[in-house]
Amino acid sequence: MSLAVHPLLAAGGGPVIPTFGRASNCVVQNHQFCASWVSDNWSAVFQPALVQHIVLTLIAVGVGMVISFVAAIFAYRHTWFETPFSMTAAFLYTIPSLALFELLVQVTGINRFTVEVGLVSYTLLILFRNTLTGLRGVPAATIEAARAMGLTERQTLLRIELPLAAPAIMAGLRIATVTTISLATVAAYIGGGGLGALIFNAIQSGFKTEFVAAGALAIILAMVADLLLVLVQRALTPWARRRLAPS
Amino acid sequence: MVSALAITGNPFTFFFDNLSLFGDKTVAHLELSFVSVLVAIVLAIPLGVWLGHLHRGSFFAITVANIGRALPSLAVISIGIGILGIGFLNTMVALVILAGPVILTNVYVAVDGVDPDAVQAARAMGMSPLTVLWRVELPLALPLIFAGVRTATVYVVATATLATFAGGGGLGDIIVNEPTYGTAGVIAGSLTIAVLAFAIDGVLALVQMRVTPYPLRRQGRRPRTDAVVQSRWETGGRR
Repeated sequence: MSLAVHPLLAAGGGPVIPTFGRASNCVVQNHQFCASWVSDNWSAVFQPALVQHIVLTLIAVGVGMVISFVAAIFAYRHTWFETPFSMTAAFLYTIPSLALFELLVQVTGINRFTVEVGLVSYTLLILFRNTLTGLRGVPAATIEAARAMGLTERQTLLRIELPLAAPAIMAGLRIATVTTISLATVAAYIGGGGLGALIFNAIQSGFKTEFVAAGALAIILAMVADLLLVLVQRALTPWARRRLAPS
Repeated sequence: MVSALAITGNPFTFFFDNLSLFGDKTVAHLELSFVSVLVAIVLAIPLGVWLGHLHRGSFFAITVANIGRALPSLAVISIGIGILGIGFLNTMVALVILAGPVILTNVYVAVDGVDPDAVQAARAMGMSPLTVLWRVELPLALPLIFAGVRTATVYVVATATLATFAGGGGLGDIIVNEPTYGTAGVIAGSLTIAVLAFAIDGVLALVQMRVTPYPLRRQGRRPRTDAVVQSRWETGGRR
């Protein structure tokens, strides 16, 4: 078992992995996980994919946030707007990702733009709902006090309502971000790149190390992003900690 | 099966010309989904009920919820392929891992959040802790427990699309096989999955209303939920 199978024999039956004449036994025999291959290929394969994945996510969440934010503030002022926007977003949210991406490809083709459209559309429901819920949760007495002190509507929004809604908005941002990281792996199927591209590479080659490493990296990225946003949330809203503490 | 395939340019004609193909794939899709949800239910509900009944482990439940929500589905499936290889089992394990936390958290919050007054009244009437659990806590928690199962099921049916990459079959097979089924097939497959997800969600919404005890139904809202579960979307995670 531990003795090396001749590389040519191994290549005959198993998956085709480019060895460039210097692959280790672990890689040739396609063991569960070859740590050395990951470290050897970190800067050439994994790091660019990771960066690409992060950029993909940041753009999607950023654009989604701007759209949802404007929509939520509009819906906060004009109640009728909530139902149609919410229903559209919920409709998009329920469509399974691969199906949505394939349908979008028919319209806008296989490119980064299509990927971002799909990713953004999945962030809308969560961000819109959380922003609106946060704004609605601001106590009426607080708003009244602000108005009584002479703050204009805009000032009330910027200085009173939005800061008080921040915990809910941040909670939505957290979910939207991890969701987008997850969906971005699927988006690699229609040319999104990122860590998902490595997974689809592995599906082509059957190379186990790449399956495990790319999958683990995506999971770690999601966990780290979630944790970072929790820390940001705590730093931004120190007053909310007391309220969220378990009773 | 492929020989009987009728490839046309129109997704709708494609669908009706290949009804048996869609039937087979849909059955395989639902089979995988329901087996996964069932396993997740068997694992997560007793644990959640137990923790919720004792009002212990809120940190555990919240952590599981956060981790479960953050797990990228394709990444879990990918690691599954690396470790378990291609096939039904790998996909099922991945789907159970993805569905379990959603159910666990909802069950925990549901049982933990049952009105303490109702529990105390039941105890005062002389019910044993087990009877309280069975006759008071579980009926009151049922709507929220079912909400968790519903979220998990819709999530799993959607994610089962990715099973095709791991040889798990299902409707994903049609979506990712443009060379065989053509653009029309890909579109028809995508629409079928979307409709399936909506249908499952709708059916489960009806069932959820049926399992809600009548008095709770009138209140319009589900029983009290903590910060853990603010809405079903938040625990849903993503496919």
